Amino acid sequence: MMTHALEIRNLTKLYQRPAVDDLSLTIPQGEFYALLGPNGAGKTTTLKMVAGLLQPDHGTISILGHDTVADPLGAKRVTAWVPDEPMIYDRLTPLEYLEFVAGLWQVDPERARQGADEILGILGLEAHADERCEGFSKGMRQKVALAGALIHDPRLIILDEPLTGLDAGSARLVKDVLRERVRQGCTVILTTHILEVAERMAERIGVIANGRLVAEGTLAELRTSSGNANGSSEEASLEEIFLSVVARSATVEPEREAAA
Amino acid sequence: MNTIAFTAAQHRGKGPGIGRLARHELSLAWRDLYAMLSANRPGRGMRILLILAVVLAGLHLLAWMILKKPIEAGLVVDHSLLVTISGMLLLPLSLMLSQAMESITRAFYTRSDLELILSSPTPANRLFVVRMLAIAVSTTALTLAICSPVFNILAFKAGTGWLAGYLVVAGIGLAATAFSIALALALFAIAGPKRTRSIAQIAAAVVGAGFVVGIQLVAIDSIGSISRIGFFRSEQFAALLPNSDSLLFLPARGIAGDPAAALAVAGTGMLLFLTVVFLLSGRFGKAVVQAGSVDMTRSRTRRSGARFALTSPAATLRHKEWKVLLRDKWLISQTLMQLFYLLPPAFMLWRGFGGNSVPMFVIVPVIVMAAGQLAGGLAWLAISGEDAPELVATAPVGPDAVIRAKMEAVLGGTFIVVIPLILPIAFLDMRAGAVALFAVCAATMSSTAIQFWFRSQAKRSSFRRRHTSSRIATFAEAFSSILWSGMAALWIAGGVLLAVPFALIIGALLLLVRKLSPKGVN
Repeated sequence: MMTHALEIRNLTKLYQRPAVDDLSLTIPQGEFYALLGPNGAGKTTTLKMVAGLLQPDHGTISILGHDTVADPLGAKRVTAWVPDEPMIYDRLTPLEYLEFVAGLWQVDPERARQGADEILGILGLEAHADERCEGFSKGMRQKVALAGALIHDPRLIILDEPLTGLDAGSARLVKDVLRERVRQGCTVILTTHILEVAERMAERIGVIANGRLVAEGTLAELRTSSGNANGSSEEASLEEIFLSVVARSATVEPEREAAA
Repeated sequence: MNTIAFTAAQHRGKGPGIGRLARHELSLAWRDLYAMLSANRPGRGMRILLILAVVLAGLHLLAWMILKKPIEAGLVVDHSLLVTISGMLLLPLSLMLSQAMESITRAFYTRSDLELILSSPTPANRLFVVRMLAIAVSTTALTLAICSPVFNILAFKAGTGWLAGYLVVAGIGLAATAFSIALALALFAIAGPKRTRSIAQIAAAVVGAGFVVGIQLVAIDSIGSISRIGFFRSEQFAALLPNSDSLLFLPARGIAGDPAAALAVAGTGMLLFLTVVFLLSGRFGKAVVQAGSVDMTRSRTRRSGARFALTSPAATLRHKEWKVLLRDKWLISQTLMQLFYLLPPAFMLWRGFGGNSVPMFVIVPVIVMAAGQLAGGLAWLAISGEDAPELVATAPVGPDAVIRAKMEAVLGGTFIVVIPLILPIAFLDMRAGAVALFAVCAATMSSTAIQFWFRSQAKRSSFRRRHTSSRIATFAEAFSSILWSGMAALWIAGGVLLAVPFALIIGALLLLVRKLSPKGVN
């Protein structure tokens, strides 16, 4: 049996209220998965737990068979995390940044050097490879962060709002790079508020509201389930589906809380 | 909201007056000060007042202990006293010059609400006059607060005439601000907006420490002691100065109760400040606008930066820490400020090689203290000032290994600085060298551990304000450095048996500090 890229079971994270509430999710290898949800739904918290940045209060996370609590380093070795605000070092050049990341992931130096040249070329950063990042625009910084995520050849890439603040050309470039990685067998999970990106790129889409996975499936499956619930057209856009799923969950949630 | 409310009249082009702008600046400054004192936690007003009262009482007690003997002996305003007061005045003068330069540089480059106000119908000149005034007030107020216990105790015990000291310090503060504004603007015109920031900040730091260190160096050379007061009271120094009637002693005479002298100093300071405001407020405004339109970032090309050699994650982290620090001139100037204070002991050591006796129990503690402080700053940068914490946290490197590597980077950085001083100590006195090495290690590791226990993510640019995140960490770091340097002094002067209990007490205090550190920090 093939190991799943990501397997989440009954994941819970509590702050004042549950940020993530008994969430279960399975993503097979080589899939492009989009996680949608309104602000504060629990998307970033979920992905931060997957990346090992937050400890779950309850539940398990397994990345390619590595339990993130029992074998955190094994899980991290095959994962890359790209936050919404690119965190890079202003005083390093993109090439030095990639050298640093390759050193942390213990990538073979020769392979890292070749990979760095290749990735910087693909992302259109080769002309800036030896310039310090301090003067870079948000888009360039985002591309450097993405290059860092790709340099160690991860099997699972998690991206939190990767296209925010990017111009059309850069956004297209990033989407192409991610598609290519998926074609090579890598799994990509991203959160986005740009529903068109999810609609065009994702093979499956999950919708989170109030820390729970309230809908999941391919676009066609979501259309069907949303159509059944609302009696709406089968040609409904993802935006319409998303709004109706979130609205439905908002009415269900108080009932669930009252019952609890 | 800190925006200025405009009336209909202001919309017709008058703009808010100087009074309203001053109120706005005052309100911002007050909030800034409160945030700094309360470590950004609301509802701490009473606690802060209580702490300030205790600190003030402590400072008065300290001033009383220092001044008791000379007051009881009877203070006679003679040449010797005027020389001592003038010499001691150099310290607040250097502090005020340094602070004013630092504030002016900040005013040049901080945008904050500047663009909002400049885009309003407010005449720009008014705003810059208020900003210059604010710099003068903040510069003078801090020094007055520091000097107040001395003036109060002298006024209480030796006559109210000593209260004139407030007037003299205020006058010197205004003159220092005027001089700093003129100097910063000259620097801006010569070096340009891009380089002025670094140059002015380094100059401010050098001026701040320079007077103290300079006087210590001269004291060592002339009287063989590091004591500033000893030097000011020495005959050699007095012989170099003019007689008591000289204008050089005007501030000292003012402090010692001569009202005419005090008023003359205050008046001269005010006149200098007003002249600078009148002549240079326009240029000041132009400089601020010019600084805002310059791209301060640099994109230097460095071909040989990345080597892609096979190194361990720990070596990768250490290498990154040093590289990032070495490329930030401002941070280097800030973190290596302690090096200035190492110059006097270094000079003493140098004299030691020439056959002079070297008081190791004085030199070693200074080095230990500087090492502890330097390590604290470096540790904050490496731990709390990490630019990409999520990248490091998601790397396949255990958190213990990350923190160990960062501690090694801090220790390495500190040792590069202090080893050139420990080696000559060991050459002159092997036992003192061993004590210095042990105490430097202990102070460095303690400061790093404290920064680790109280870590809280922040931007590296907040380095100067790192003390606001935790008062306990700030005091713990300072006390640990002081105590380890005290232990070193005891060890050298009294032997290891005296030092061991002292070291155990420091260990117990560190355990207590660890207990007080925020819970849930992983």
